[in-house]
Amino acid sequence: MTQAQLAQGTSPLLAVRDVSVVFGGIVALNGVTFDMHKGQILGLIGPNGAGKTTLFNCLSRLYQPSSGDILMEGVSILSRPPHKIAEIGIGRTFQNVALFPNLSVMDNVRVGTHARTSSDIISDSLKLAWVRRSEASVNKKVHEILDYLDLGDVAHTVVSGLPFGTQKRVELARALAADPKILLLDEPAGGLNHEEVYVLGDLIRRIRDDRHMTVLLVEHHMGLVMSIADHVVALNFGKKLAEGTPAQVQADPDVIKAYLGSKDQ
Amino acid sequence: MSAAEEVVAEGHERVEAVPKRAMTLGTTTSLVVLAALLIVPVFAKNFIIFQITMLLIYGLAVLALNILTGGSGQFSLGQSAFYAVGAYTAAVLMEQFNVNYALTLPIAGVICFGFGYLFGKPALRLSGVYLALATFALATAMPQLLKLNFLEHWTGGVQGLVVTKPDAPFGLKVSQDTWLYYFTLAVTVAIYIFSVNLLRSRSGRAFMAIRDNEIAASSMGVNVALYKTLAFGVSAGITGVSGALGAIAVQFVAPDSYTITLAISLFLGMVVGGVGWLPGSFVGAAFIIFVPNIAESISKGLSGAVFGVLLFLVIFLVPHGARQVAIVSQQLLGKLRK
Repeated sequence: MTQAQLAQGTSPLLAVRDVSVVFGGIVALNGVTFDMHKGQILGLIGPNGAGKTTLFNCLSRLYQPSSGDILMEGVSILSRPPHKIAEIGIGRTFQNVALFPNLSVMDNVRVGTHARTSSDIISDSLKLAWVRRSEASVNKKVHEILDYLDLGDVAHTVVSGLPFGTQKRVELARALAADPKILLLDEPAGGLNHEEVYVLGDLIRRIRDDRHMTVLLVEHHMGLVMSIADHVVALNFGKKLAEGTPAQVQADPDVIKAYLGSKDQ
Repeated sequence: MSAAEEVVAEGHERVEAVPKRAMTLGTTTSLVVLAALLIVPVFAKNFIIFQITMLLIYGLAVLALNILTGGSGQFSLGQSAFYAVGAYTAAVLMEQFNVNYALTLPIAGVICFGFGYLFGKPALRLSGVYLALATFALATAMPQLLKLNFLEHWTGGVQGLVVTKPDAPFGLKVSQDTWLYYFTLAVTVAIYIFSVNLLRSRSGRAFMAIRDNEIAASSMGVNVALYKTLAFGVSAGITGVSGALGAIAVQFVAPDSYTITLAISLFLGMVVGGVGWLPGSFVGAAFIIFVPNIAESISKGLSGAVFGVLLFLVIFLVPHGARQVAIVSQQLLGKLRK
């Protein structure tokens, strides 16, 4: 909370401005506006079909908003193709784990560094000295991240054989490898058991503090969002219902009606 | 924290059985194979040397397909077209323009890289079986394109071109076949090493990331369109070099040598060798060269049927090809050592 308040005076790191997305006749997002400030953990909540994942996919440029704008450090990201999002510091994980199943944990995380490195097929084929130096620094960084996330023991294991919880951490490691300024986490608690969810909550906070990141957390798990988010945005039917601290949002009558209320019935 | 450790420990137990997938052979095995290949001409007759030369040449073509399919996950039934372009490039340059045979290889490689890269652009819109069909169309069209009248002045039309076999340089006293064998071996080893380097590099990881999950790859900053076309270009380039070597070894190019049958043979070689396992390419090449001969020696009249049965047996017994045999024998060796 205090960090969010401190950041109020400065310009937002990421600004979502009046974003609407229309698929055919269906309005998936309707004029959503909010700001993310540096160092924040922003929780995006809402019932199924509220437009959370749609917004998420606009941020990673898989969808093009019908109107509105998304600004990263004051610059619109909407003219960038999806593969040029990682280089401006937006990293993401996927709702249902989208790893490279036939690659080892290490190679998955190495792919994460793609946006931060360069090479060409000729230098790569000839393994030129600068390529070897670049690979050495990639390996160093990957080992550091694997150790940070307790994945060192499975570094050389093919990911398809790993349990779901571990795969989710590998995905997190892959996203961290690109040195993102903003980490977009799409339902990281999905499929995890009660205990794992709390470990994850600690981990997300630890990543924010240790690695100076800003986190956008799209989540169904209210307990997780309310315990770690500094700021919460609630969506329903593509519209922003409420915004504020977890306590404020939790107390908002519209949110109770739309989300928490429906849960009690 | 303790819970996190538990999760790791749990994961550790379950994954132990998964073998580490390697793209290549170990250093010792590679050196043994190389040594064997180096001394073959001392014992073998010229005809055998010629056949092993062809094995290396087809092995390169299968390797090229393996980079495309095993690496970037794109199918191609059109490799014969790239092979033909490479072969004709070498033949036309050597016979019409008196270019040195060794120089024709890089030229064929560059031309085919460009050809493959350009073909890869429209093919980006296709995937899976549809891409296979588009490349199939390319393979079907190629022999007729080579017969076109206005190209006849260079290509020799339906007749094709006869290519002069190069002599050993520096007055070396080895036969033409032996020299060509060592020349092919050197080119093959170089391309093999470059390919292994490529697949283990940042570019190779981008290929494999695309193969496994395109959306995740692009979120990591991988330009999917660029790397898919690059994979096509690299594959076509290597196939072109292999085609050029093939033209020099066979001493003849003609449109009907490069039909869809060749493309399917190369595809078959890749599957028999193990998709995505580079050394398997040469096992696959051996299969497509020698097994038809074996089939013919079993039954002259029914050689096709015998070949079919043999192929069926291979697919049935070792569906993952030579790679599977290699993994199983490695495990057996490991057990014996214990």
